[in-house]
Amino acid sequence: MNSISRQNLTRGLIRENPIFVMMLGMCPTLGVSTSALNGLGMGVATLFVLILSNIAVSLVKSLIPDAVRIPCYIVIIASFVTVIDLLIKAYTPALHGALGIYIPLIVVNCIILGRAEAFASKNTIWQSILDAVGMGMGFTIGLTILGALREILGAGAIFGYRFLSADASPALLFIMPPGAFIALAFLIIIFNKLRGNK
Amino acid sequence: MSYITIFIAAIFVNNIVLSQFLGICPFLGVSKKISTSVGMGLAVMFVMTLSAIATFLIYHQLLKPNGLEFMMTVVFILVIASLVQMVEIALKKTSPALYQALGIFLPLITTNCAVLGIALLAVQKELTLLESVCYALANACGFTLAIVLFAGMRERLSKSRLPQIVQGTPIALITAGLLSMAFMGFSGIGH
Amino acid sequence: MPSPKRKISNNLSAMIFSLVGVSVFSGLMLGFVYEQTKAPIQAAQNRLELEAITDIIGSDYDNNPFEDKTYIYDDNGNKLEFYPARKDGQIKAFAIKTFSNKAFGGKLELIAGFGINGKILGYKVVNSQETPGLGTKVSEADFAEQFRGLRPQSPAFNVRQDGGEIDAVTSATISSRAVIDAIRKAYNAYRKLSSGDKHE
Repeated sequence: MNSISRQNLTRGLIRENPIFVMMLGMCPTLGVSTSALNGLGMGVATLFVLILSNIAVSLVKSLIPDAVRIPCYIVIIASFVTVIDLLIKAYTPALHGALGIYIPLIVVNCIILGRAEAFASKNTIWQSILDAVGMGMGFTIGLTILGALREILGAGAIFGYRFLSADASPALLFIMPPGAFIALAFLIIIFNKLRGNK
Repeated sequence: MSYITIFIAAIFVNNIVLSQFLGICPFLGVSKKISTSVGMGLAVMFVMTLSAIATFLIYHQLLKPNGLEFMMTVVFILVIASLVQMVEIALKKTSPALYQALGIFLPLITTNCAVLGIALLAVQKELTLLESVCYALANACGFTLAIVLFAGMRERLSKSRLPQIVQGTPIALITAGLLSMAFMGFSGIGH
Repeated sequence: MPSPKRKISNNLSAMIFSLVGVSVFSGLMLGFVYEQTKAPIQAAQNRLELEAITDIIGSDYDNNPFEDKTYIYDDNGNKLEFYPARKDGQIKAFAIKTFSNKAFGGKLELIAGFGINGKILGYKVVNSQETPGLGTKVSEADFAEQFRGLRPQSPAFNVRQDGGEIDAVTSATISSRAVIDAIRKAYNAYRKLSSGDKHE
């Protein structure tokens, strides 16, 4: 793999991490990160949509006039989101129950339209796939970490496995809405600190 | 469900931003000054109410009778995007003053997930046309209230000296968390 | 396929053509996936509800309560789903999908199971917006166990604060009352139906 490919792949992981650096896709980030598993599920769903839409946009980029490209991209993205929504509903109904309204809202997740517009519309299919995988993984990792942190602090559990005894009471605040904001704030502080020291 | 309950629930109890996490992008992005946040709030109110009517009619007249409910997301986002464009053009022609005030916020609204979210939730909750309009308007009021309060806090914050490490996004998120905690005090209202 | 350097111009026919093309492609793709996933989605939903029903009323029946479902109506005309469990054609127990609007987070939906003698067999919360860690405890076995064997019309069927025998979940009295409200609503709707003329 040459250096450009590697750069496209790793860009989303740290340097332009969608959650910690770019602050994109905040609605699902805060809304579904009540547990590590939900975060992971949402992340993977977004990853798939991102890969598919980057491929499609990169394929049709030379066929679409500039003036109507945004509506076309939105239709493409919305179709893939619906496909993923139907698949999740059919094969993992429990996850569908947990993610609910946030699945169709992947459409308006700025990451996806942002990558279509900023990257896939200008690059080859292969590079667009790498970019989508990198960005999607960065998003998934960020969401899972946030979900895990909230689950550990707020429910005394990790991936559904409870490590606190039944009568110990965890810091409930963290699985409630305010906890989402506060946990993310501290994760960003830690992320910046680590990155700054490199 | 009475209309007053819809309003109280949407504005205070289940605030769209602070407890349902819809419309976080503009909430964090356009909330540095009170004046701009008021503009954003009004623009959202306008578009959200209109799109609630449009999506309701399309869903119940076009999609549902033809068994095309699964096309909902695609159709709704297109309707919202074109609605925003039309509102922009119409405002420019008819009311330059209003366009001056709201114009720059309109393009941002297409990617505001609160608008699509409310359209989808109204369908999910099986509301009638009038209830949908109330629901959209109430949630838009909730959005405006949250973003204006938040902007006020950020204006004060910008004048205070903060440790470098929390400046910018982290302190904004912590403030939002505290605001959300305050709104949690409203939950259970009406019992 | 044209080379990436050649851009299509912005004339009207090109714009319309590309928009229509994208929409047609998207419509076809969605239609196909929808047809493919229709059966699995229905099956997944049926399985979830059937599992809940079996959990509550046991498996001592030979019909499919889900396929035999009918609708009953509460005092305000709301439609509740009624699942009869029959053995050799005789009704043994039944489950009702009911709700309460008096929960802390608004609406709470649950499936309640009853024996044919009118005693509660159990319930399962299927949808709620209660506070995590507090109100959500009404879904847990510790609380739900207290309901087994109670009759919804007896005075004991209330939380202690209201003079009944049920210990409300600590700091979640409203959620506890909502469960009782939902079950009572289901039972009253059933009574109204069975006191009518056409029930077996």
